[in-house]
Amino acid sequence: MFSYEFMRNAFAAGTIIAIICGIMGVFVIARNMSFLTHTLSEIGFSGAAFGVFAGWAPLNGMLLFTVISSVIVGQLSARSERREAATSAISALFIGLGILFLSLANKNASYATSILFGSVIGISASDVRQMLWLSVLVLLVVFVIYRFLKFDSFDHTGARVKGLWTNTLSITFLVLVALSVSVAAQIVGSLLIFILLTLPAATAKYFAHTVGGMMTLAVGLALIGVWAGLTLSYVTNYPVSFFIAAIEAVFYFLALGWQKLQTAE
Amino acid sequence: MSEPAILKLENLGVTFPNHPVFADLNLTIRQGEFWSIVGKNGVGKTTLMRAILHQLRPTTGKVTYLPNANSVKIGYVPQFRNIDSDYPLTIKDFVGLNLTGWKWPWLSRKEHAEIDHILAETGLTKLAKRPIGQASGGERQKAYLAQALVESPNLLILDESTASLDPVTKTELLDLVIELNQRLHLTVLFVTHDIPMARKYSSQYLMLTPDGVEQGPISGLTQAKVWEGEKNV
Repeated sequence: MFSYEFMRNAFAAGTIIAIICGIMGVFVIARNMSFLTHTLSEIGFSGAAFGVFAGWAPLNGMLLFTVISSVIVGQLSARSERREAATSAISALFIGLGILFLSLANKNASYATSILFGSVIGISASDVRQMLWLSVLVLLVVFVIYRFLKFDSFDHTGARVKGLWTNTLSITFLVLVALSVSVAAQIVGSLLIFILLTLPAATAKYFAHTVGGMMTLAVGLALIGVWAGLTLSYVTNYPVSFFIAAIEAVFYFLALGWQKLQTAE
Repeated sequence: MSEPAILKLENLGVTFPNHPVFADLNLTIRQGEFWSIVGKNGVGKTTLMRAILHQLRPTTGKVTYLPNANSVKIGYVPQFRNIDSDYPLTIKDFVGLNLTGWKWPWLSRKEHAEIDHILAETGLTKLAKRPIGQASGGERQKAYLAQALVESPNLLILDESTASLDPVTKTELLDLVIELNQRLHLTVLFVTHDIPMARKYSSQYLMLTPDGVEQGPISGLTQAKVWEGEKNV
């Protein structure tokens, strides 16, 4: 399997994605932002379609659209009660635009499928390098603002009464999620990105009770899903996204069952 | 000799658009005092706390920390917290959240010791590893208190933090607060509707009413006086 360059690239990319999604996912779950993450992935689809239309690499189109829209969403939905409606409106607009750009670019349905559901074959060594430096950038920012981000994510009320710059933190975090979405979409596709950004972290919170513990477990679960998914996809020739989605969902349901057993005791 | 003043409110007033909240509030708070802030909902108790925290710019007057701007460190325990039974962090980790700053992501040995110390002070040592989502109401309030205390404040604000507790748990928490108040000389502002509790624990009171502000030694605060003050709301 590793004699093929595309599989070596896919494993390298998958490993980067699992690490970044495991770490960012813990904050996404703590901030109840699963829905927003899903929206950013749809916006990512639109950005990739725009990239194709403009003759760019899809990743660059995704980066442009997700980063800009994350700032807009952050501004629009500073008040949490408005967040869902604002997010839905932006999501609808961007999916529509994605379809328009694909149509304008004269690309067929299989191209759209590859953006939406990901592809293992298309990842080159230079893609891996771009994903690597983007991920390093995201992790570096998280490292620098870690204590503030942790307080605001796990106890927003406490952070606010302490006078932390919670609005700036919120927008900074959205931009980081936008970057993570664009990176991770390369393998699992824009439609299924939230699998890796939410499910491993949502599973981890039932077993680990420190932020570091949750991150370690979430990264581990994401790595298992990505590595096993790539291997199974190689062996069976079925889509990698299916296997990753199935593995992570099984982990999550097992965790829910385990939690139920614990509380029943 | 009286204790030094740590907080001075001079001619303080806050007006929201077309809605005066309070005006001409003058108050001096000294180190080690235990104040109860009473008054009906909507008279501006939380607004006053926000002005004291410098999170809200008053319309008139000023809030001064004494002897200088850096000498007052405030720990604030709000009324509501968004924590459900699924909330994953342990009590120790929750308390440690308040240790922010441009520091390494991991806590230093000194910071771990600070958290352990405050957990011991608040009687939470044995519960340190319990996920806070699985803790009882009283244990959670103690954890919120511990989080506010972990940065060693000299002024503690309890903003209706005991409102949702049963009488026994409420007494337990306030016993703990008054013990810290007396032993560590911690100044306390206790925002409450509970007049018997205010009378039991405080040394002074400040009553906000639509007609003005009244303050004095706690012996002067009666339930009848509060009802009288609330009539015009």
